[in-house]
Amino acid sequence: MSAKTDRIDRLAELTARKDEGGHGLWYEAFRRLRRNPLAMTGAVIILLFVLIAILAPWLAPHDPAAQTWLGEIRGAEGFIPGPRSGNWLGVDGLGRDELSRLIIGSRQSLLVGVVATLLGFTAGAILGGLSGAFLGMFGKAGRWVDSILMRFNDMALAVPSLLLAISVATILGQGLVTVMIAVGVTQIPVFARLLRGSMLAQSHSDYVLASTALGVRKRRIVLNHILPNSMSPVLVQATLSLATAIIEAAGLSFLGLGGANAANPEWGVMLADSQQYLATNLRLAVYPAVAIIITALGFTLLGEAMREALDPKLRK
Amino acid sequence: MALLEVEDLAVTFQRKGTAPVHAVDGVSFTVAEGQVVGLVGESGCGKSVTSLALMGLLAKRGVKVGGKALFDGNDLLTMPGSTLRDMRGSEMAMIFQDPLSSLNPVIPIGLQVTEVLKRHRGMKGEPAEKEAADLLDRVGIPDPRRRLKEYPHQLSGGMRQRALIAMAVACRPRLLIADEPTTALDVTIQAQILELLKELVAQQGTALIMITHDLGVVAGLCDEINVMYAGRVVEGAARRPLFASPTHPYSVGLLGSIPRLDAPRGEKLKPIPGSVRDNIAWADGCAFAPRCAHRTDECLDGPPALVQTYTGHAYRCVNPVTGDEVEAVTAAATLPAPSIVDATTDSDGEA
Repeated sequence: MSAKTDRIDRLAELTARKDEGGHGLWYEAFRRLRRNPLAMTGAVIILLFVLIAILAPWLAPHDPAAQTWLGEIRGAEGFIPGPRSGNWLGVDGLGRDELSRLIIGSRQSLLVGVVATLLGFTAGAILGGLSGAFLGMFGKAGRWVDSILMRFNDMALAVPSLLLAISVATILGQGLVTVMIAVGVTQIPVFARLLRGSMLAQSHSDYVLASTALGVRKRRIVLNHILPNSMSPVLVQATLSLATAIIEAAGLSFLGLGGANAANPEWGVMLADSQQYLATNLRLAVYPAVAIIITALGFTLLGEAMREALDPKLRK
Repeated sequence: MALLEVEDLAVTFQRKGTAPVHAVDGVSFTVAEGQVVGLVGESGCGKSVTSLALMGLLAKRGVKVGGKALFDGNDLLTMPGSTLRDMRGSEMAMIFQDPLSSLNPVIPIGLQVTEVLKRHRGMKGEPAEKEAADLLDRVGIPDPRRRLKEYPHQLSGGMRQRALIAMAVACRPRLLIADEPTTALDVTIQAQILELLKELVAQQGTALIMITHDLGVVAGLCDEINVMYAGRVVEGAARRPLFASPTHPYSVGLLGSIPRLDAPRGEKLKPIPGSVRDNIAWADGCAFAPRCAHRTDECLDGPPALVQTYTGHAYRCVNPVTGDEVEAVTAAATLPAPSIVDATTDSDGEA
């Protein structure tokens, strides 16, 4: 009998615990993400990458700029030693430890990726949000504003992103900030288009019609109903953009616009440096390339999984 | 005087390069307080467009609305936008077909209910919360305080529709338009929702326009019924006469197409042949003529006039169905669908 009352007690307890209230869209999405092995792979890659970037100074076995041991290890002319006990991934053409340079290089990639994406996301979301809000709130005048904003946006979209980035870099001169701004600017029109389109799609949804039928004001509908519902594709895009930003930043550095100096290595620069040894020492190109690919892959995996998790069509 | 008097309502959709579409073409009906009026017809007959036009929810561009819709003496169709916005939700409200998509998925139910209270009754904070909980309680949602914090996807279909009804009646509107409120729900829930609507009409004296294609729903709920076809009312009558002696071949066809419990085993359903697209312009004759078994040459002579009988029955047909022919189908009408709440008791005498 006591077993039975025990069970009833436990049931009551479980029912009581449910009182915590509702779980939002994001909570559900997060739960789905956790069950998706691909998402978890992506998350682990990103986590590792972030940890390495943060702990880089302590993780790197050597000073990335030091080439003091060049004379000792370098034998015949043109020979660059591969992996050995002191340098796990060998040294580069100037005798600097490859592993240390990769580890330190991750900091700049992360920084550029995050800052550039934040810049693109913020500016793009403001632009797209304004456009969508004007379209939704101010009738004919709003349509005009939207048209003007979006035509400028279309022009920006039509310029190849690398070309746009190079132009920005040329105007602002070399340097890390330049790369961030350049990469960020190329992302703006993408985010703007996406948010505006998403808002436009949401404004035709049933719940907007239902709120209108209840007399809710347009401003409130746009801000409280349309905007929150339009954010999920934009956030997915932000995750995917991180991957693109890292690749583009590496590309700009590769072209020599990054302003990375010897003490401040960067994956794109390492790739560029390895060019002259491509025929004899392919590994010098492979290491940074693989690093770029893996990080980009991590963000892409997580982004794609987020897209799936947030898709209302897949939600139960 | 009736609360809502719709007179010659016409809605035309116009797009450059295409012929204008007359979605609603001279529809007239009245709704009194505490009365339930049904608009019945198959998809595309203009019943939803009628409701959207009354609420002023049709797009501004490419739509021409004509006629009059007097709400308490004021014309809804010519009213300035701001007045209409203030009236929506407080004086008149609408319940939609799909309760899931009609609720905002990313914010809790509570916020969506209090939003209406805030907008029209200036309530906020704790009093608004309490009122929202009371509203949910009144529409039969158990444990309302907890439900207020939940999101639409956590509620069952029936509960979502109840929540939407709660939002619609939050400010005790005088007119409620329900656009197929039970279509997305299963049969037992349908009956509960209809019962709830019936109670609200009885308690608050709300006028209800019930838009549906389900004659079972109509039989259980409506006082007056308007059958629409291709944008016009083809037959209008009180519930009993309509079910007992449908006059327009379309109404007869609708009643005849309802599955019957007492039908012999293996008997096929009797659909109305053709589809709603197979119509002709009303100007050229009766739009239903191409699908009508009762068609005569006269049918194509021009739009059939509305015939009023002394019993208040009105129909738009030159060759109406009479007497014995009806007998067979009305037997079906007395036992329409399992979703009926009290149709069987109501029409027993007429079988």
